[in-house]
Amino acid sequence: MAAEEAASGAAHHGGGLAIDPMHQFRVETIFPIHFGNIDASFTNASLWMLIAAGLVTLLTIVGMGSRSLVPGRLQSVAELSYEFVSNMLRDNVGDAGKRFFPFVFTLFMFVLFCNMLGMMPYSFTVTSHIIVTFALASFIFIAVTILGFAVHGLHFFHFFVPKGVPVALLPLLVVIEVISYLTRPISLSVRLFANMMAGHTMLKVFAGFVIAMGWFGGFLPLAFMVAFTGLEILVAFLQAYVFAILTCIYLNDALHMH
Amino acid sequence: MEPAAAKLIGAGIACIALAGAGVGIGTIFGNYLAGALRNPAAAPAQFPNLLLGFALAEATGLFGLVVALILLFVI
Repeated sequence: MAAEEAASGAAHHGGGLAIDPMHQFRVETIFPIHFGNIDASFTNASLWMLIAAGLVTLLTIVGMGSRSLVPGRLQSVAELSYEFVSNMLRDNVGDAGKRFFPFVFTLFMFVLFCNMLGMMPYSFTVTSHIIVTFALASFIFIAVTILGFAVHGLHFFHFFVPKGVPVALLPLLVVIEVISYLTRPISLSVRLFANMMAGHTMLKVFAGFVIAMGWFGGFLPLAFMVAFTGLEILVAFLQAYVFAILTCIYLNDALHMH
Repeated sequence: MEPAAAKLIGAGIACIALAGAGVGIGTIFGNYLAGALRNPAAAPAQFPNLLLGFALAEATGLFGLVVALILLFVI
């Protein structure tokens, strides 16, 4: 009974629910900065982005500081992540992708750390905001398009013409190809954003059930929550991986066409 | 119909998209398992593709969930 009340309460902006599942996504100003009419305040989102970037930098600099032949724990993590991204790039783009390694590595580590930091209680998930993921995705999209034109010149337009297709079908297929190319930044950003937001909302709704169902009934949703937290950590890694691998696939498209 | 009621019904309908994600994820893992049991030696090499397919299938369902959440909390 209490669970049903809580569920209906969740629909009404958390009214009647002990925890408002959307409160965690609220951007709060830490100290205000204004340029004319532009609000460029330092918010909790900026803070957690800085923490993520700082931790990645710390991991790579401190981790590789000793440069010992037999790596310690931190050095192992740094080397593992380096090899992981470098293998991903080599498998998907080939040798031509080597010069994009710093970009893909930074992207992967930043998204991974943002996702993982979001799993900490009372933290803020930067990637659960569409503006952050959309900025990343549109940068990738624009950069890859420019790269395609820089490598192939106007020949890059052949990318939108599938090979071995009857000429009669071409007008339709070219339009579909162009649309599917243009929706790349949207699908790339919404995938990450939706996964993070849905996961975190679900965790908080279940946390509301734990309190609403009381001392004895609450253990069932609590057990679910433990399982879901594990799943969310998996998803946090997986989405960073998918974000990076799709960047690799787009890079491959731009460098090698079909 | 009251706008508030229509909003809730719309959000519920938008969540049907997750059924497709369920079918997709089931297909991917089922086929991976079937393939892995037939040829276990080739299975580890295809594991990244499994994860990629899982994430792509899950994301399409989540687009529907985003529509539902927008209906509930934004509009």
